[in-house]
Amino acid sequence: MATTKESLLDIRGLEVHFETRRGIARAVNQVDLTLYRGERFGLVGESGSGKTTLILALLRMIKTPGFIAAGSATLDDGTDLLKLNREEVRRARLKRVAMVPQGAMNSLNPVMRIGDQLMLTIREHAEEGEIPNKETQLKQVEELLDRVGLKPAVVRLYPHELSGGMKQRACIAQAISLNPQLILADEPTSALDVVVQRQIMQTLCKLQNELDATVLLVGHDMGLMAQFAERVGIMYGGKLVEVGPVEEIFHKPQHPYTQLLISSIPNFEIKGEFKGIPGVGLSLLDPPTGCLFHPRCPKVMDRCKSVEPQLKEIAADQLASCLLHEEDQHAPAS
Amino acid sequence: MPPLLEARNIRKVYHGGGQLLGGEVSETVACNDFSLSIDADNPTFTTIAGESGSGKTTIARMLLGLLEPSSGEVLYQGQDARDLKKDGQQRFRQDVQAIFQDPFEVYNPFYKIDHILTTPIQKFGLAASKTEAYEKIQEALRTVGLRPEETLGRYPHQLSGGQRQRITIARALLLKPKLIIADEPVSMVDASLRATILSSLHTLYQDFGISFIYITHDLTTAYQVSENIIILFHGAVTEAGGTEKVIKDPQHPYTRELIQSIPVPVPGSGWIEEEIEPKEVEDPDAEVHTSGCRYAVRCPAAMDKCQVAPPFFRTEGGRAVSCFLYEDSPVLQGNDLHEVFQARDR
Amino acid sequence: MLAAGICMILMVVLFGALGPIFVDTDRAQPLATVPRQDPSWEHPFGTDDSGRDLMAVMIVGVPLTMRIGLLAGTVGMSLGVFLGFTSGYMGGKIDTAIRGTVDTLLTVPGLVVLVSIASTIREEISVNIMALVVASLSWMWPTRTIRSQVLTMRERAYVQMAKLNGMNNREIIWKELFPNLLPYLAANFTNAVNWAILSSVGLEALGLGPQNDPTLGMTIYWAITFSALIRGMWWWWAIPIFFIALIFVGLLMIAAGLDELANPKQRKAI
Repeated sequence: MATTKESLLDIRGLEVHFETRRGIARAVNQVDLTLYRGERFGLVGESGSGKTTLILALLRMIKTPGFIAAGSATLDDGTDLLKLNREEVRRARLKRVAMVPQGAMNSLNPVMRIGDQLMLTIREHAEEGEIPNKETQLKQVEELLDRVGLKPAVVRLYPHELSGGMKQRACIAQAISLNPQLILADEPTSALDVVVQRQIMQTLCKLQNELDATVLLVGHDMGLMAQFAERVGIMYGGKLVEVGPVEEIFHKPQHPYTQLLISSIPNFEIKGEFKGIPGVGLSLLDPPTGCLFHPRCPKVMDRCKSVEPQLKEIAADQLASCLLHEEDQHAPAS
Repeated sequence: MPPLLEARNIRKVYHGGGQLLGGEVSETVACNDFSLSIDADNPTFTTIAGESGSGKTTIARMLLGLLEPSSGEVLYQGQDARDLKKDGQQRFRQDVQAIFQDPFEVYNPFYKIDHILTTPIQKFGLAASKTEAYEKIQEALRTVGLRPEETLGRYPHQLSGGQRQRITIARALLLKPKLIIADEPVSMVDASLRATILSSLHTLYQDFGISFIYITHDLTTAYQVSENIIILFHGAVTEAGGTEKVIKDPQHPYTRELIQSIPVPVPGSGWIEEEIEPKEVEDPDAEVHTSGCRYAVRCPAAMDKCQVAPPFFRTEGGRAVSCFLYEDSPVLQGNDLHEVFQARDR
Repeated sequence: MLAAGICMILMVVLFGALGPIFVDTDRAQPLATVPRQDPSWEHPFGTDDSGRDLMAVMIVGVPLTMRIGLLAGTVGMSLGVFLGFTSGYMGGKIDTAIRGTVDTLLTVPGLVVLVSIASTIREEISVNIMALVVASLSWMWPTRTIRSQVLTMRERAYVQMAKLNGMNNREIIWKELFPNLLPYLAANFTNAVNWAILSSVGLEALGLGPQNDPTLGMTIYWAITFSALIRGMWWWWAIPIFFIALIFVGLLMIAAGLDELANPKQRKAI
């Protein structure tokens, strides 16, 4: 649980563009977001919302034809993740910011034993002249595996000998091996069964508490967000359209997109009612003018077609970017 | 009148690669003794639910005649699907249609999406002229909520996932089938479009009288659309009955575990904080090789007698549970779950 | 890359097609002109021992060699496509039979077989027969590679969809699988032509070719036979080699360019 409101990562004006033959696609569009130390933040969006691009940008893993066009992502000690050079990025990865990817394939080397991979990570990030000996490395690795709920015997196994859930635990072990302050998890359980998913998320939560780290969970499973996250951010078309505490987002969503999204979640209470979001998703190469959501918005006004709304504070800790709220906005923009 | 489609004790076993010289050849039972029949004149909406590896896609493919069972038969109107002659095959393909999970892979990238709609019309002789064919296509597209002028003549990559999936539903409709087997039709579609697509399927069932077999791992969508549900675990049926009852009052230990593990979209339900009962087995998705109850390895209520596969016990007229905890209830004769569904309270 | 390759090949083709307009092709015959001349303005490529103007020889010979390549490539590919598709899609006994034959023949050293075939032919070898000889061994590799491509495509969802749509196997092969393989087949064809040209040149250089046609390979043969190397008549063997290299690199670049087209992941832009 986030006990203090210390900022860990401050993202300002992040823009990630993709150059295509048909023009520039703004995959991440003027995103401002603050992540606090020790909190669990859920970033929600559908395909094309930019949520995965955002965390790839933080890890400096955007490949051509994509590039970071503008913005900063400043850690609590003043380091701007987006301005680091290659060597600094390599050091920052895992030591300060770690990623748990969607598929274990993206992070586990299929021809190396789990133990060897983890030991390699420890060696590569050790300070010059301070590389621990083989026994110490092995001990550290076994401790690491224990923390994620894997038996020491896993050290000798190859990734393909592990089940889906165990592979994901191994990925988590690698991610926390250097005690990072920020863990970016990109739909880590989407390929897993519901039962395994719950166990893995509980493990992740326990580890997060131990490390007092911040977890940014990216995904589209609203149920998972409701249960895991303390604060939730909603992205649409590359923009952050709403941010707030999880209870407020689910009970009192302010942005029409969020409202439609929440009401479209199937649940066990109401049967036979199907509420989707009308219209088609937007094209990043030919985005709508003004508010990106206006073609599909049930509360659209004339102004929405020409004016781009900004993210403003509506209630305590809750921000939304919608012109509806600018009508009765008395407090200055935050 | 024989049922439209009947699976009789179908079983699918895969022989894994054993060691080259000596050693055992591992056997994976993808589907173990499954029986279900669908009536021709009484439309039903049945879900086959299970996690990955439960065998649900294997069953779907066997029902569609795309995969041969290792034992047991799949009968179309009383005849073995493998023995059908040319016109029998045609009728089978017209009556039993499918919707697949991936709304991109089902399209040949070389052709416009029209190809997927014109081919069945041509092969099944559904229209006498090009104009008639065009009319039928337009009508089908409108039924699923698409505008023909926005979809026809485009290539698959020019349309969204939701649009592509709806076109595959339109395609299935062209043949006016009696049964549609939908294999995870919304799992690769954005959340906002899922409801719309499920709504189309539900309408087809209610207004057009088409039976559905809905394959999914997502119990919440199953609850929304279907009346009957079958829960699979590692190739075996654990529980079957009316969706409302099975989800609200699960009886099989696995069903209970499943329902408990689903994260509900209501914050603060204790999903993350509550300690799950520690299990004997550390790996919940390890392969299961046993001829007994397949869930016994991780069942908190496992008993000695679970070494033998339990039969179906009818705990109520409309519910069957394959678990010895309910051995006081009468045993289901034969294995056809169809009986169970027919008898359930509406 | 594709563009560069096409340019090169186009240049060669034009050379052969437009050449006769500028140069009298009769000068490719022996005793047409003064023998053993160094390259000069009158004879830009020099002349050989028998008085052939090498420029004329190239103008006649280049199209001949390319024709061999084209013919052999076409025959080889057609056989490869037919057998590869059938074997890959039908599977079972047909696949085993075809694959067994192909694998066995692949182990046979090609040049040896070609030499034996070529030397056994009693009547005079014409350009077309040359092409067929080379084609006889060029169909195996395409069969294999096409078969593996078909194997991966066979399980695609759109093939299953085609089955559900009522298409039979033959229709699926030609209407669903074949169009998707076109760029791949084009690259393969280019390689087949390239290989055919090289093989024919190899055979001809050994003397096993059309004796009366001044193909590139035969020209080299004559150059070797008449010891052009020792005698310092470098133009006799260097010019044909230059053309062979040009054709080879040109076709290679076309194949690489087509490969890039066929494999969208290699494309740099979206």
